[in-house]
Amino acid sequence: MKAAAEQKKKEDRYEIRLSGSGGQGLILAGVMLAEAIGVGDGKNVVQTQSYGPEARGGASRSDVVIAEGEIYYPKTMKLDILLALTQEACDKYYPDLKENGILVVDSTMVTQVPTKKYYGLPFVRLAREEIGHVMVANVIALGAIAELTGIVTHDSLKEVVLGRAPRGTEEKNQKALELGFSAARKLKKEVKSRG
Amino acid sequence: MSNLRKGKVRLLQGNEACFQGAIYAGIDFYAGYPITPSTEIAEGLARELPRIGKKFIQMEDEIGSIAAVIGASNAGAKAMTATSGPGYSLMVENIGYAYMTETPCVIVNVQRAGPSTGLPTKISQSDMMQARWGTHGDYTAIAVAPSSVRECFEETVRAFNLSERFRTPVTVLTDEVLGHMRELMTMPKPGELEVMERPKPDIPADWYRHFEMTPSMVSPMAALGEGYRYNVTGMTHDREGFPTAVPSEINEKLNKLKKKIERFADEIYKVRTEMMDDAKIAVISFGTVARATHQAIKMARERRVRVGAIQPLTIWPFPDPIISDALKNVKKIIVAELNMGQMVNEVKRIAPRNAEVFFLGRYDGEVMTPQQILDKIREVK
Repeated sequence: MKAAAEQKKKEDRYEIRLSGSGGQGLILAGVMLAEAIGVGDGKNVVQTQSYGPEARGGASRSDVVIAEGEIYYPKTMKLDILLALTQEACDKYYPDLKENGILVVDSTMVTQVPTKKYYGLPFVRLAREEIGHVMVANVIALGAIAELTGIVTHDSLKEVVLGRAPRGTEEKNQKALELGFSAARKLKKEVKSRG
Repeated sequence: MSNLRKGKVRLLQGNEACFQGAIYAGIDFYAGYPITPSTEIAEGLARELPRIGKKFIQMEDEIGSIAAVIGASNAGAKAMTATSGPGYSLMVENIGYAYMTETPCVIVNVQRAGPSTGLPTKISQSDMMQARWGTHGDYTAIAVAPSSVRECFEETVRAFNLSERFRTPVTVLTDEVLGHMRELMTMPKPGELEVMERPKPDIPADWYRHFEMTPSMVSPMAALGEGYRYNVTGMTHDREGFPTAVPSEINEKLNKLKKKIERFADEIYKVRTEMMDDAKIAVISFGTVARATHQAIKMARERRVRVGAIQPLTIWPFPDPIISDALKNVKKIIVAELNMGQMVNEVKRIAPRNAEVFFLGRYDGEVMTPQQILDKIREVK
């Protein structure tokens, strides 16, 4: 147990991938998450991305690596958290998730989840129905990840989302983030009561 | 007040750090044509330069961009352009003109996979040789290769300094991953990094010769419009700048292009070595790959393999003496790069005779992983 803890300390890397299709705002979500963790919470952080030449559609992903110390390799090696907003992204990236990693999926878009251990929330549907705009699905997902994993403080995330939201959309984005927090809180309780 | 509002540490993209470095170095003029994955450099300067009273112009293509940069530099401006492989290919003719006319300018190449249009959003390091041999004829090139966001800033400043000091084009060779990667960075304060200016004439205008021979071999440079008369031509020219066919003058000109840089190479070289003291195996890489190498040698050291890393930050002129000195006790050398074999030939040229050189390449648009490098270390061990 102690050796494992030592090893963990030596590894000192925590890796997150936000994935889906181009146009869902996942790269921006990755930037916001990295800024909240790095600048806001004061941990070391590197954010990278991978996307195709198209403006919309195609696979898109944004990776965030967190560490207390220096980060050499900037890309992810084995994921601690995977967010998948499409079935394609889930199929493609699930093998990169650690054995005890946390999988978060959009429960409407990802119908075949390769494991029983996962969190599912209908981010895109919530964005459309509750906020009135599908564009904020990325922010709802960020809120959910913060609540489910504790990897970033709510305060830092709030500040970054508000700071990065285009003028006139601050209220929608704030509502979306709060919705992410509360939907995930409810989900955690449900999972707990189910055991 | 929260850290976010203080704004001291910022999450910055490699391309942003690059243009911020240009501003720090005193850029006066930018001309460019947008191309993935370099576009953020143009975007940033389009926003920032007018605010500080400097010029930004989007040209009709890359040929026009480098032409405008060369013109601006001859008018006394610190000038830069940024592009990727396809744009650099269009620029090479005029870059040759900049070598010949000894015009300082900085060209950033955020490398993507080629040839031709290739893969706009995918990483590559296959333009290393282009940065050295892109244009025809004999000349000596300078190119720098950062590997982190902070280094994108610092190496851009250094590129400006080298360019102004030696009156020569300098290439900043980054790549797609580095250009788009975001890391935390504290902006260097004014004075923290050295900023150099080009040598200016201190003699009467009548005596001025644009390509004067000096002890350093670098000629002081008057700006057009300052009252000094001179001729600028791509034809091989004499000290006044007029075309010549006199063999001794041709020799003098070509030797000048080469020696003004090579004589001061020690001041241009920049190499980082890690854990080389007792290393029997060395992994040599630059840019983003150097980050994977660092991770890999850490993993290998945990398995008690005596391996170290060498990373040239000055990629041209290739730092022969520093790298060969670092390699003197090494038996196996791995050269890891994102192409089909470019730096490996430079290393072979200078490797100790009793050392074996192995090539590890990748050219599928993805970054080399630490695991790949670790596997290669195990294979050659």
